[in-house]
Amino acid sequence: MISREEVEHVARLARLHFAEEELVRLQSELGRIISYVEQLAELDLSGVEGTSHAVALKNVMRPDEPAPGLNQAEATVNGPVVERGQFVVPRIG
Amino acid sequence: MRQDVSKAGGLVPLFGNGGWEAVIGLEIHVQLNTRTKMFCGCRVTFGEPPNTHVCPVCLGHPGVLPVINEKAVEYATRIALALECRIAEHTIFHRKNYFYPDLPKAYQISQYDLPLGVGGHLDVELEDGTLLPVGITRVHLEEDAGKLIHAGGASGRIDGADYSLVDFNRGGTPLVEIVTEPDIKSPEQARAFLMQLRNLVRQLGVSDVNMEEGSLRCDANVSVRRPEEPFGTKTELKNMNSFRFLHHGLEAEIERQIALLEAGESVVQETVHFDPVTGRVFTLRGKEEAHDYRYFPEPDLPPLELSREYVERIRASLPELPAARKERLIRQYGLSSKEAAILAADRPLADYFEAVAQATGEPRLSANWVLGDLSGYLNARGLDVEACPVTASALAELLGLVLEGTLSGKMAKEVFEAMAASGKCARDIVAERGLGQISDVAQLEAVVARVVEANPGPAEEYRQGRERVLGFFVGQVMKETGGQANPQLVNDLLRKHLGTAAKA
Repeated sequence: MISREEVEHVARLARLHFAEEELVRLQSELGRIISYVEQLAELDLSGVEGTSHAVALKNVMRPDEPAPGLNQAEATVNGPVVERGQFVVPRIG
Repeated sequence: MRQDVSKAGGLVPLFGNGGWEAVIGLEIHVQLNTRTKMFCGCRVTFGEPPNTHVCPVCLGHPGVLPVINEKAVEYATRIALALECRIAEHTIFHRKNYFYPDLPKAYQISQYDLPLGVGGHLDVELEDGTLLPVGITRVHLEEDAGKLIHAGGASGRIDGADYSLVDFNRGGTPLVEIVTEPDIKSPEQARAFLMQLRNLVRQLGVSDVNMEEGSLRCDANVSVRRPEEPFGTKTELKNMNSFRFLHHGLEAEIERQIALLEAGESVVQETVHFDPVTGRVFTLRGKEEAHDYRYFPEPDLPPLELSREYVERIRASLPELPAARKERLIRQYGLSSKEAAILAADRPLADYFEAVAQATGEPRLSANWVLGDLSGYLNARGLDVEACPVTASALAELLGLVLEGTLSGKMAKEVFEAMAASGKCARDIVAERGLGQISDVAQLEAVVARVVEANPGPAEEYRQGRERVLGFFVGQVMKETGGQANPQLVNDLLRKHLGTAAKA
């Protein structure tokens, strides 16, 4: 299960705003998802390393060689507002 | 000769007069001077037009794949080894999730519970010559964020800004984060630690470590307590972008906490910013949220498993580190601890000194010159020794002229100035200016005999026991020789001649 406070906390972290009835619905839906995943806890996994990478690769690195990137116009083309080559964002805080 | 000042009585710096003790841990970020960024091939630059060194990876576009820069791993390993950390056999990257406009992916690729290096230490030489051992908790690799410029508003500060401009050139630059144990007890110690760390990293050649340009940054965790009591509540002090601000910021924050506690209030665990303009610390209370970074392993980056051979190869390639060099300079050249510390902290200057000392075979004279006249000359002009017009071999030649008696110490200073100004070698300047000191006994003896003979009155006075008259004769000999006579030799010869005349 997930508490109402946890739902609100996760929503805040994700910068999402929900109306009262949405919060009620989400609490119940998220609760069902968590219960579903929690079935995994029934397995005895003591002594099994957690898997953070599904493919058994390691030490994949590249040499420190410059590669071409984007120019300023290309880099900022998707910015809704751009000023002197920089992305404009609302005031912080 | 390690001396643990935290246990030495009377040396624990108690801050303020209320018997409070500060407890400080530092978090240092070092920007690596690799050619390219941590996870993409964009160049690492400074001061370029905005958003001109960016690509889909460092702009956080969807569907891109970061790839680790092998040089950044090598450089971070160098730093971790120089701080005597254990290098993890298995290390992975994590995503640290938070929203901020300078972080286009909404997560920073960093390291969490499996950092590259753990458990090191740096012994800091304090003003009074004692060593403060500072534990290094961890050393890890991460990427830098972009740069925000707060526009509009009057103050230019975050809280007064109308909007902000984002430049991602810096985004993705490799950073090494170094976290210390809370072993530091005063702003002076914090400053000494950071300076020593900067010297160390500079000698490794992996970063410019320049606080003003932001390639060295320092945050501090600060609390105060009565000695022997448990740690108090700590705050995180940010925004100290110079050694002076680090000192002032810590001082202000420690004073603030002591004042709160003495007023019966409590310290709130929060982030505190230092404002260099007012010299005060301020909080952005209410504008921050509790940190909840939801770290999880970065699925796009396979683990690093650095082999023992790799680590040992890097260890073997480390230059002689300042602490070891200091000890060697004392042992090999008989320098004082203070002289050795100055040289060991400045690798090019120490190299210069060693070259001069070896060429002349006279470490004492060489140290006096390198730390005296040479350093004075460099400091007055704001020059690095590498840019000094007088090379180590040129200085050695000059000192050779002093050692063979051709130049007095005073004349050598004059020749040094001329060498620095003209780039010419010592012998040429001596020849041009007719500066050579006369140390030829036969030549001087003739002058001395002549002078004594020409001044029978003063000679008689001398024989009556008026020692001071000797100065008159020295002056006469100097006049005759254009000031070039070797003063010690003149003294000896005059005593001999005046004495001889007496017997006669």
